[in-house]
Amino acid sequence: MSESYVVSIDQGTTSTRCIVFDRRGNLVAVAQREHRQHFPRPGWVEHDGLEIWRNVSKVVPRALSQAGIGADEVAAIGIANQRETTLVWDRRTGVPVAPAIIWQDTRTDTLVETLASAPGAEDVQRRCGLPMATYFSGPKLRWLLNATPGLYERAERGEVLFGTMETWLIWNLTGGPDGGLHITDVTNASRTMLMDLHSLRWHPDSLAFFGIPAAMLPEIRSSSEVYGTATAVLPGVRIAAALGDQQAALFGQTCFAPGDAKCTYGTGSFLLLNTGTKAVHSTHGLLTTVGYQIAGQPAVYALEGSVAITGSLVQWFRDQLGLISSAPEIETLARTVADNGGCYIVPAFSGLFAPHWRAEARGVIVGLTSYINKGHLARAVLEATGWQTREVVDAMNADSGLALTALRVDGGMTANNLLMQFVADVLDVPVVRPMVAETVSLGAAYAAGLAVGFWPDLEGLRRNWHRAAQWVPQMDDRHRAEEHENWQRAVEHTFGWIKSDVRTD
Amino acid sequence: MPGQVQSIARAAAMLRLLANSSGRLGIGEIARSLDLPKGTAHGIVRTLQDVGFVEQDKTSGKYQLGAALLHLGTSYLDINELRSRSINWADPLAVRSGQAVRIGTLLEGKVLVVHHVFRPDDTLQTLDVGTLLPPHATALGKVLLAYDGAAASAVMQGGPEPYTRRTLVTARALAKALAEIRDNGWGAEVEEMTPGEAGIAAPIRGYGGLVVGAIGLSGPVDQVCTAQGSPRPALVAHVRDAARAVSRDLGGARW
Repeated sequence: MSESYVVSIDQGTTSTRCIVFDRRGNLVAVAQREHRQHFPRPGWVEHDGLEIWRNVSKVVPRALSQAGIGADEVAAIGIANQRETTLVWDRRTGVPVAPAIIWQDTRTDTLVETLASAPGAEDVQRRCGLPMATYFSGPKLRWLLNATPGLYERAERGEVLFGTMETWLIWNLTGGPDGGLHITDVTNASRTMLMDLHSLRWHPDSLAFFGIPAAMLPEIRSSSEVYGTATAVLPGVRIAAALGDQQAALFGQTCFAPGDAKCTYGTGSFLLLNTGTKAVHSTHGLLTTVGYQIAGQPAVYALEGSVAITGSLVQWFRDQLGLISSAPEIETLARTVADNGGCYIVPAFSGLFAPHWRAEARGVIVGLTSYINKGHLARAVLEATGWQTREVVDAMNADSGLALTALRVDGGMTANNLLMQFVADVLDVPVVRPMVAETVSLGAAYAAGLAVGFWPDLEGLRRNWHRAAQWVPQMDDRHRAEEHENWQRAVEHTFGWIKSDVRTD
Repeated sequence: MPGQVQSIARAAAMLRLLANSSGRLGIGEIARSLDLPKGTAHGIVRTLQDVGFVEQDKTSGKYQLGAALLHLGTSYLDINELRSRSINWADPLAVRSGQAVRIGTLLEGKVLVVHHVFRPDDTLQTLDVGTLLPPHATALGKVLLAYDGAAASAVMQGGPEPYTRRTLVTARALAKALAEIRDNGWGAEVEEMTPGEAGIAAPIRGYGGLVVGAIGLSGPVDQVCTAQGSPRPALVAHVRDAARAVSRDLGGARW
């Protein structure tokens, strides 16, 4: 039987999905399974590593049977995963020593404060391109080593292993305790704070800073190469790619040239800009990260800016205000009026992130008059996502010296035509939606297919990419400038709301 | 003459009961008032809840009339909701068929385009969401008219405009075409609006089987039709599959 398909596993924050793609990059079958979210204390979010592994063993066969194909027809497996989520497990038994600590988990906030002012912190941050923050794996791993008696010593002896989700899955897919491969890829390693962005290796000084034994760390590999052959779930199939989910979306959107950028619009939104083989250090509060690395080639870097509250603002509008009964209805409501009526909403629900970084800021609705109705509020909700995208793009243009010429978009909010038009209007560049919305899974499949020769080269992948929709800027320059100024003034009203050092958690 | 359907009579009584009560009612109160076993009452109230005629208060668990009852006369499925729910099925239809895909609903006697996916050849195309198409001269429109008698007679009485010499302009021709669509479950348009262009469409059904929209493809007649001038069976199958998939998502499919 010929190998006609590539399988991708997207191990996400709420669910694990398996998608089968054909040679043209078309989606052939999807299977999905949610896993439980554990909130043992305020600010803590955990997953059960074994549950996630069980889900992988369920969704992969289900997707294959839906597609009506066997393992012998699968050319390769690619993995995309929720980033930064941290797991430590016993090398002999394969049992996690503790629940996985999820990227959103803020239990490390006091630890991070201490680390940020410790000697050497600046070197660590410069080396890895990330600010000291609770998101990243390094502080989470340090916390686990602190909190679990005897774990540090076991780690030093190599009895326990650390990994993010792709590492955990690859280890299990290739035999687990029975010779499983302990590896990670450059994109995931770049989210630990432990890797040197330039050498693409664990840096001894960073490991010493966090107090992490090298023996527990996986080997860093490229994002697209044959790591090994699966012995479980899809025995005999090559595992040929791993990328963090946002980097996978960048790859799936075929953003292969410097200046190419994509934005994934979900609960929050993630904008990544390809900066080529040069790691650009941000002076505007963006993250420097590895975009991808194809085996034997130099790594391609990216600047990343995220907007914390986008889709979640629409959810707030639906659930907390009750002005709509489903998220898509916000467009219907917004279209009942011609403009925002002078009303602006800045959703600084837990401070402002890139590029402002104001933890003390809180959300505002400004410009209220008796004229304002719920339609204007709906407009203001959508426009907030547009302007926040603009702020991140402005910061990226300033940092990279590359002026964005088009923005590729994906994610659930791209179904909102009013929003997509507004994003095009305020960025003053075309906004383009590709034919396959599942860019995260597609990116992992592309990287895997590339490694095994299923697709010949990046150019071949680019030819698979097709435009499904495009929104062209229509706003005149003066109007854009006026609205931008209004937005900036609205943002200023959020500053300084929380007095002194009132904790937000 | 068929007999009375008991559960519908009970559902109607339940709606009257809820309409006449000053506050919300619990399932026990409803069952007692109508002298029904609790399980039976629960089954009916849950069905009414699924179609939006009844709403359940989250905290008390009690029931009241639903907002959908107030909008019975207007379209019950929000068009932006329809787009969100169908976007993942419209894209593959465009890729598989190589043609542009549109989703439409009826608005004041015209077809409103609520979603548009470009033909996957990366040529310059313009998003035409929000535009209005003539219902009698498009596959989308004819499919929508086939399941909306009032709209169909309004179009026939309004004197349908001829776009090409193949446009159906007589009430008889149109009625025959609509009957065929109902028999086949899909419809087509061959050079009825623009010479050289053709389209295929199928109905999207919402809860209870009600047609809430249509999904279809359109493109050059030599790509959409066979040499004999009839729609290519493979494309018809793709369109019907996509329509069925969206309907299934909306809870309206029996397949």
